[in-house]
Amino acid sequence: MMTARLIFPAAVLLMLLALWELLVWALAVPKWIVPAPSAIGQAFWETRALLATHVRQTMLEVAIGIGVAVSTGVALAAVLDFSPWLRRAIYPLLVISQTVPILALAPLLIIWFGFGIAPKVIVVTLFCFFPIAINTSDGLTATEPELIDLLRSMGATWPQIWQKVRLPAALPYFFSGLKIAATYSVVGAIVGEWVGAKQGLGIHLLRSSAAFKTAQVFSAIAITSLLSILLFLTVFVIERKMMPWYFERR
Amino acid sequence: MTLLAVDSLSKTFSSAAAKGAQPVVQALADLSFQVAAGEFLSIIGPSGCGKSTLFRILSGLEQPDTGQVTLQGQPLPLETDRQGRFGYMPQRDTLLPWRTVLDNVILGADLAGDSRELARSEAQRLLPLFGLDGFENVWPSALSGGMRQRAALLRTFLTGYETLLLDEPFGALDALTRRVLQQWLLGVRTRFKKTILFITHDIDEALLLGDRVLVFSPRPGRITADLPIDLPHPRSQDTVLDDSFLAHKRNVMAHLKLE
Ligand SMILES: Nc1ncnc2c1ncn2[C@@H]1O[C@H](COP(=O)(O)OP(=O)(O)OP(=O)(O)O)[C@@H](O)[C@H]1O
Ligand SMILES: [Mg+2]
Repeated sequence: MMTARLIFPAAVLLMLLALWELLVWALAVPKWIVPAPSAIGQAFWETRALLATHVRQTMLEVAIGIGVAVSTGVALAAVLDFSPWLRRAIYPLLVISQTVPILALAPLLIIWFGFGIAPKVIVVTLFCFFPIAINTSDGLTATEPELIDLLRSMGATWPQIWQKVRLPAALPYFFSGLKIAATYSVVGAIVGEWVGAKQGLGIHLLRSSAAFKTAQVFSAIAITSLLSILLFLTVFVIERKMMPWYFERR
Repeated sequence: MTLLAVDSLSKTFSSAAAKGAQPVVQALADLSFQVAAGEFLSIIGPSGCGKSTLFRILSGLEQPDTGQVTLQGQPLPLETDRQGRFGYMPQRDTLLPWRTVLDNVILGADLAGDSRELARSEAQRLLPLFGLDGFENVWPSALSGGMRQRAALLRTFLTGYETLLLDEPFGALDALTRRVLQQWLLGVRTRFKKTILFITHDIDEALLLGDRVLVFSPRPGRITADLPIDLPHPRSQDTVLDDSFLAHKRNVMAHLKLE
């Protein structure tokens, strides 16, 4: 099933790469403008040790950023749920906050928090917080009142109602938020590093392109998307593990 | 012996939320009745006459404007007094999608903090009687409509409360499944010493199952008839063809029409 679904896109991808290789070779495109896939692979292999240290740094920022976004996003969703009044006041502001270009904030964060890991983590958090908070909040609102009533009629306490009904009901929404956040997060970290960092894929990208090491740029781009995909798949697997009821017999 | 006494309950909703409807809806008006221990009381009435509202008040989900609920001689004035006192099965399907059938039916014991293992093994023994044998580890979404209702009924029976409030448990089922489950409930009832209040739209169902039938008027709900049903047990689907059954049926129909 899974392999059948993967085989066609993989074949198309391979064909495109072959075409690319062929075109670069046939048109004799200079290496510093568009390198052939084989050259990118070679650059990848030659810089693998360097890439590994950058990847480690970027993923650290991503992990902390997602962790902070999950805890604060879920906490805010719970707070909004407690007071309809607060929800009406804050929910629109949350949506509006998304129009602020995070890219433009990144230099400011450097001014405020320096060149350490903090501003990068904040950028990742800013990217991830919104989809998690909004989706979890929607999930909590969508709980069927009949289920809550059932537990109330059985004399359940509020913590029991949250544990047994509200949180499980919001879980599918939380995970769709988390999947969006996971795909944003690596890009977020790179944006954070772009404006100033000692280590990380963002600064590696910047240095490589400044030196016209175009193959290196491409290999860094490739690993960035690979990391995003891996992160997405991780969330996907956790989601299936935690909500078998949601995926079986739908 | 009187187990449950309902004394002049009234309930008015001010439905600002429901557009188009009247701003104020009186659902129940001065409703009084009593239920003896072990009795099966059928409640029948037109749609919207406040039957579900009565159950929601009894199970502590709504507060009446006036009136009193007394269970075993003990008045239960507050919502919280009444919560956790009745085995309530809501009108809408309420199995938790994220719990297996077995974990759904032991919800009561789970909430009470009792041993889940003990509750599970007790429930396991009853699964065949409820036609759920072999389905214990299945998600509710995989069950048929009839099985879902039986699972919800088992959950209600397993809450361990003496009085059960069943709000149209067979209302959403096809006629055939409904007949089968009625017959099944007649059988199950003799196995458990429960007092049952049973809401239905179906006159045959009310008469076939009930020791007594309460007929409600259209909104605001009040009792237009309180009829003991002296049909002999065991009752079967053929009972609905007996002359005495038909006499009861004519009587209920006459009261239902009386508006
Ligand atoms: N929370 C509420 N807010 C406003 N109006 C309500 C509320 N609950 C019930 N009502 C109204 O009270 C009336 C009685 O409702 P109820 O659900 O008790 O009727 P019912 O007899 O159970 O009807 P049915 O047979 O269709 O289930 C209806 O007109 C309904 O619209
Ligand atoms: Mg109803």
